[in-house]
Amino acid sequence: MEDYIIEMLNITKEFPGIVANDNITLRLKRGEIHALLGENGAGKSTLMSVLFGLYQAEKGEIRKNGQTVNIKNPNDANALGIGMVHQHFKLVENFTVLENIILGVEPCKFGFLQKKKAREKVMELSEQYGLKVNPDDVIEKITVGMQQRVEILKMLFRDNEILIFDEPTAVLTPQEIDELMDIMRGFAKEGKSILFITHKLNEIMAVADRCTVLWKGKCIGTVNIKDTTKEELSRMMVGRDVNFSVDKEEAKPGDVVLSVRNLTVPSRTHKKNAVNNVSFDVRAGEIVCIAGIDGNGQTELVSAITGLEKASGGTITLCGKDITKANIRTRSKTGMSHIPEDRQKHGLILDYTLEQNLVLQRYWEPEFQNHGFIKREPIRAYADKLIGQYDVRSGQGPETIVRSMSGGNQQKAIIAREIDKKHELLVAVQPTRGLDVGAIEYIHKQIVADRDAGKGILLVSLELDEVMNVSDRILVMYEGEIVGELDPDKTDVQELGLYMSGAKRNLAKENEHAQ
Amino acid sequence: MHNNTTYSPKAFDIKKITSTKSFSAFTAALLAIFLGIVFGFIVMFAASPANAASGFLMLLSGGFRRLGDVFYFATPILMTGLAVGFAFKMGLFNIGASGQYTMGMYFALYVGFMWDMPDSIHWVACVIAGMIGGMLWGFIPGIFKALLNVNEVITSIMFNYIGMYLVDMLIQGNGTMYVATKTRTAYLPASAQIPSLGIKNSNVNVSIYIAIVLAIILQIVLRKTIFGYELQATGYNRHASTYAGMNGKKNIIVTMMIAGAAAGLGGAFAILAPSTIAGSSMTYEPINIIAANGFNGIAVALLGNSSPIGIIFSAIFISHIQRGGTLASLYGYKPEIIDIVIAVIIYFSAFSMLMNAALARFIKKRRKHESDNPDANRESTSDAEVNTVSGPDSEVSTPDSDVITPDSEATTPDSDVSTPVSDASGDSVQNDTKEGE
Repeated sequence: MEDYIIEMLNITKEFPGIVANDNITLRLKRGEIHALLGENGAGKSTLMSVLFGLYQAEKGEIRKNGQTVNIKNPNDANALGIGMVHQHFKLVENFTVLENIILGVEPCKFGFLQKKKAREKVMELSEQYGLKVNPDDVIEKITVGMQQRVEILKMLFRDNEILIFDEPTAVLTPQEIDELMDIMRGFAKEGKSILFITHKLNEIMAVADRCTVLWKGKCIGTVNIKDTTKEELSRMMVGRDVNFSVDKEEAKPGDVVLSVRNLTVPSRTHKKNAVNNVSFDVRAGEIVCIAGIDGNGQTELVSAITGLEKASGGTITLCGKDITKANIRTRSKTGMSHIPEDRQKHGLILDYTLEQNLVLQRYWEPEFQNHGFIKREPIRAYADKLIGQYDVRSGQGPETIVRSMSGGNQQKAIIAREIDKKHELLVAVQPTRGLDVGAIEYIHKQIVADRDAGKGILLVSLELDEVMNVSDRILVMYEGEIVGELDPDKTDVQELGLYMSGAKRNLAKENEHAQ
Repeated sequence: MHNNTTYSPKAFDIKKITSTKSFSAFTAALLAIFLGIVFGFIVMFAASPANAASGFLMLLSGGFRRLGDVFYFATPILMTGLAVGFAFKMGLFNIGASGQYTMGMYFALYVGFMWDMPDSIHWVACVIAGMIGGMLWGFIPGIFKALLNVNEVITSIMFNYIGMYLVDMLIQGNGTMYVATKTRTAYLPASAQIPSLGIKNSNVNVSIYIAIVLAIILQIVLRKTIFGYELQATGYNRHASTYAGMNGKKNIIVTMMIAGAAAGLGGAFAILAPSTIAGSSMTYEPINIIAANGFNGIAVALLGNSSPIGIIFSAIFISHIQRGGTLASLYGYKPEIIDIVIAVIIYFSAFSMLMNAALARFIKKRRKHESDNPDANRESTSDAEVNTVSGPDSEVSTPDSDVITPDSEATTPDSDVSTPVSDASGDSVQNDTKEGE
C-alpha cells in the first residue's frame, strides 16, 4: 500500500452556474512534489481552497494519513499541518518580516510577545532551508521574491508538513524561480509534501514527481513526470495539441509610429531615475519587445508612454504628434491602445458588467452616447460582437459582472477592447501573465495579427519564451536604461540573460555622450 | 460554451428580479430594520415593561396618524441622504452634509429677507439660493480633494464647523434677519415660504415632491448618463478610471458640487417650509449646534444602499419612526428613551450591508441543503454576496430631535422632545430652528 499523506476523494464543488470541481480525486504521497496542472478556470485553485478550508465541498471526503478529516476553515487546515502560499500574498505590508511570520501564532507569555524566541526559530528555519531573509525588514520595502520567502517561512514556522504553492512562479524572475525550485526540492528531501499549482510545463518537468491534470473541472489523470513529455502534458491540459512556437511571417516595418527620445522618468521609491535617458522607435508592422528583469524601469517607461505617470524629461511622439504632456484620453484618441500590466487594478472595473467594461475606452464616442446619455442598444450590440469575435466566455454574457469571470477571460475582454479600438500603437505589458498555454497561444496570435494589420506593437515581457518567440526586435532594459538591441533570430536565451543582468551591453551609455 | 443567451431584459421574470443586486440590498435593508425594531422593543421593555407594548405600537404606527409630518420631516433628510449617497457612489465620503445644509439654509434665508421679489418666484429664488449655498460648501472640499488630494472627510468635517459658525455670525450681525431679543431669526415673508400642500396642522409642502423628483433625476444620472458611468467607475476603481482617461479631478469636483447642492436644498426646504400659523414662519437659532439632519443623512444613505431611489424610502422610513417616537412619549417614556430606541433602529438599519453578507451565507447554506435533495427547487438568489460596499457603521449619529419644531404646539407630543433650552418663553428647543408662535 502506498503511503498517502493526503487523499482528496471524489471532491465535487459547485458554484452558481458552474461545476468547478467534478468528482476529482487527488492523492498526495509523503515527500513528493505533486504538480496540479490545468488551464485557467480548470478548478485548480478551487480544489486547493477546498483542501485549505476556504470552501466546503458538496461531495467527497478528505483523508489525512487514512483518517477522514473535516476541514471547515484555514485554522483547521493549519492544525492538520496544511499550509498554503497564495498567488497573491497575504502579508501585512507595514509589518516586518518577523511580525508577519508569527502573525496568528504569536508566542506569548502572560500576554506579552516573546519575539526573541520567535526570532531564533525563524533564523533557524531560514538557515536550514536556505531562505535568507532579514527579519527586521518591512514587507513593503522588500522584493516580491523575498515576500514569497516570508510566506514560505510562515508555513515552516507553523510546522506545516503539507505545503501548497498556488502559482508561486508567476511573480518571480528566472533566477528566483531557480532558487525556489531548489528550495522545493529541499523540502521534499526533508519529507515534506508539496502541492504545486502551475501551468508552466517547464517547471513541472524540472521539479515535480507526479502531476495531476484538471480540465474544465474534471480530473483527466495523474501521471509520473518521468514517463511523460511536455507535449503530452499540454495535450492533457488543453484537450488538444498546442503550438509552442508562434507562427508569424517576417515583419515588414513601415513608418515610425512611436518615437521616444531621451525619456527620463523619476522613481517613486528612490532618488535615481527609474527611466534614464531612453530613446527608441516603434514602427508600424513590427513587434518591439522590452525585455528585462522586473523592476528595471519597464513599468515606469510604459507609464510615461501611456500617460499614467509624468516624464521629467525627453519627448514622446505618437503618429507624428508630440504627446509628452498630453493626457490619457488624448493619447488614446491619437491612436494608443494599452493592455495594462495589472488587469484588475487598471484594466477593468470588476464590479461593472462585461459590456460596460468593453466600452471603457469608447463610451464617450458618439456611437455610444447622445448628449451625455448612454445608448444602451449599440453598447449591447458592440459587446455581443466582441464577445463572439474574441470568444470571451462568461456566465451571463454581456451582463456578467466581470469580477466573476476567470482571469483568462478577463484578459480576453481587455484584449478585445484594446485591439478593436481604433489604434496605431498597441502597448501590451505582460499580456499573458498568469494565463495558461491555451490562452497564451491565443493572445500571441492576436498580437501578431494586429501587427500584420499594420499596427506598431510595444510588448513588455518578463517571460523569456515570450520575448524570443513573439518579438521582431528586442530592447533590453537594465537599471532604467536600454543596454542592448537584439535580433531574436540571432540571439539566444543565454545571451539575453547576460544583457538582462547587466553583464553585457551593446549600446553606449548615452548619458556619457551627452556630458 | 454557455454563452450570452440567457438574458432577456424585457421579460418580467421573478427569478431574475430576486437574484439582482438591488433586490438583495432591499431584503437586507428590511432584515436590518426588523432586527432594529426587535432591539428597540427590548430597550423599551427594559425601560418600562408595563407600557412597552402600547408604547412600541405607537412608535411603529404613530407615523400613520401624522402622514403629513412624516413627509415634511422626510424632506430634509432625503436631501442630505442624497448628498451623502451620491458622493458615496464615487467613493467619496461626504460627511459635510451638515455644513452644506446650514449654508443652504443661510443662503435661502438671505434671499428670503434681503431680496424683494414678486411673490410667485420669491420662494423659488430662495430655494435656488439655498442650492447654490450648499453647492459652494461642497465645491470647496471637492477642490481640495481633486487638486491637493486632501481627504474629503477631514475637510468636510471642518467645513461643518466653519459653515455653522459663519452662518451664526452672519445672522447675528444682520439686523433685518436677526431678532436679538428672541435669539432667533425674524419671520420670513410669506412670499419666501414654499407653498403648502394644505394638510391641516402639518407643514408638509411641495418640497417633498421636488425632493423625490430630484432623487429620480439623480438615479437617472447614475444609471443612464456617461457622467454616472464615469462617476461609479471611479468609485469602484479609481486606477481603472484614470487608465480609461476619465477626468477624475473634474468628476470629483462636480460630484461634490451636486452632493453639496442636494444638502443645501435640504436646508432651504427645511427653513422655507410654510408655517401652520398665519403670520409666522420657520426660524433659525444661531446657537452653535451643528445641524443633525446632515448626520441623519448618513444613516438614510446607508439604509438606502446609496441608491437615490432607495434613499427616498429610507428617508420616509426614518422620518416615520421619528414621528412615531415622539408620539410614543405619550405613554410615559422619557424623550431620551425614545431617542435611544430610534437610534437603535437606525443603527441596526445601517448594518444592512452586514445583513447582506449574512443573508448570502444563509442562502448558500440553503442551496447546499437543496443540492443534497435533487428535487428541491433551486432558483433565485445567486449573487446576494457580491455587495461589497461598506460604510463606517459607527459613524451613524443618533437621530437628534427635529431641527424644525413647531413650538406653538409645545403641549402636544409632537413637539420637540429633547433637552429644553432655558428660554423665557418656555419653548423647548434644542436645535437651531423653530416655528414662531
